[in-house]
Amino acid sequence: MSFPVQANGSSRAVPPSEASFVWRKLSEHRTALWRTASIGLFFLVWEIAGRIPISFAFPTFLETLRAFVTMTLDGSFVAAYAETLQPLVIGIAISAVIGIGLGIVMGLSRFAEWLAAPVFIVLQAAPMAALIPLITFVYGIGLVSKTLAVIMLALPVIVLNGYKAVRNANPSLVAMCYSFQGNWWQRITKIIIPDASPVIFAGLRLGLAAGFIGVILAELLITPTGIGDLITYHRSVADYPEMYAAVVSIILVSTLTLAALEAFELRVLRPEKRKS
Amino acid sequence: MRNITAQAATAAARPAGADVAVEVRGICKMYNEIEALRGIDLDFPAGKLTTLLGPSGCGKTTLLKIVAGLIPATSGEVRVNGNTVTGPGPERAFVFQDFALMPWATVMRNVGFGLELKGMGKNERQAIAQKYIAEVGLSGFENKYPHELSGGMRQRVGLARAFAVNADVLLLDEPFSAVDEQNRRKFQEDLLELVEKEKKTFIFVTHSIEEAVYCSDRIVILSRRPGRIAQIIEPEIDRSASPDAIRRDQGYLDTVEEIWQGLKHYVD
Repeated sequence: MSFPVQANGSSRAVPPSEASFVWRKLSEHRTALWRTASIGLFFLVWEIAGRIPISFAFPTFLETLRAFVTMTLDGSFVAAYAETLQPLVIGIAISAVIGIGLGIVMGLSRFAEWLAAPVFIVLQAAPMAALIPLITFVYGIGLVSKTLAVIMLALPVIVLNGYKAVRNANPSLVAMCYSFQGNWWQRITKIIIPDASPVIFAGLRLGLAAGFIGVILAELLITPTGIGDLITYHRSVADYPEMYAAVVSIILVSTLTLAALEAFELRVLRPEKRKS
Repeated sequence: MRNITAQAATAAARPAGADVAVEVRGICKMYNEIEALRGIDLDFPAGKLTTLLGPSGCGKTTLLKIVAGLIPATSGEVRVNGNTVTGPGPERAFVFQDFALMPWATVMRNVGFGLELKGMGKNERQAIAQKYIAEVGLSGFENKYPHELSGGMRQRVGLARAFAVNADVLLLDEPFSAVDEQNRRKFQEDLLELVEKEKKTFIFVTHSIEEAVYCSDRIVILSRRPGRIAQIIEPEIDRSASPDAIRRDQGYLDTVEEIWQGLKHYVD
């Protein structure tokens, strides 16, 4: 076996082997690989913990997976989400419209800020779960109460992010718009809102996450419906794998929705980030 | 080189025979208790490049922004083509030190932004933007985003945007300070060509003496705060020579040296 003579005279150069080729291919997808490994590791730990078992009420990963597949196929998830998503979608839609609108107004006007900011700062700090019985007291146990629970959790963070984003819009771009004789409407729509949109969207993502918390709280605390009902019911009859499958499903739905929102933001509002 | 400070004191430095594009009369500016500018009287000749030079904090950028109408003067007035300035106007265009490009917009949209704000149709403004993108040497970069460009190229976008609105007076606030040295030299040479070609009035703020002498028809030197006019110099350098010849020219070097001697005592 002879090596080609190299200019630097290195005799330790080894021709690329099959193994290093595979390794190179793998390292191209390194991030995806690490993520999969991380999730896999988590499931493994879960499986081991379930088999020890750490609690009789703690199912293994595989049992949960089986329950998850069964519940997906027999339609119980579909029926549950049809109910759970109603207050969530209505609540998030209302929070997004009011929250972004109010946030922008508060960012532009010191008076609106003075009027509304303290309310939302207090609301954001308040433990909302404690207020849910109060909503039930006033609005009963129907859709209105659950929608209100979503709004109460989602709205403050959306408003506060929107307001901070607009208040901190790049002053140099605002001056640029002014120097080219843009009017106040152009200043808001062409400069301030696009400039603030990443932070506004961060607020929306946080609001959506809070909305998921709100709807689950409402379904557990007000009346068991939808996914909250699945969790409550399977706990009461000690079907722990089904109960965990319901919990996992809500985490999954919430994560996927947030990822979709992020993808939408990149696509529509910030074309320059998509390209890079 | 011609030092016309003496006349400046009496006749507000009115250049003989030349039209005046911008007149500054008795401008004072107070920031709360701090006096930034005191009694500035100045004429900017039309079609020339005038530089405002001075130690940092002398108020040269403040003066430029007052001329632009971006900030109000405490007292005094600015007239552009005979009309008193009350805010930004179509006859003036500003080039920003930090470029002020919209990161979410392409080069094409950024250059056409002044026209977009005026409500011009898309095709029309893209045609104009295209022309100025070519003029500043950015052809082929129309669909790039600012973060994909170097500092020098970004400022070329800023310059093209100012050209595109077809203002008579271009106000440049330290346009090259965020551009690296080698790109700056090339950019200065290109700017001189554009000054020649566009026949506009340029007011240019810089803290670089070499840049001021190299580019300017006239240099206004401000004193340290409160800013007053310390000296007005016309370099009178033969611009027909090549850029490299100018940089070796004895008159150029002498002017740089004289300005440095005048400014040295402000530096601590």
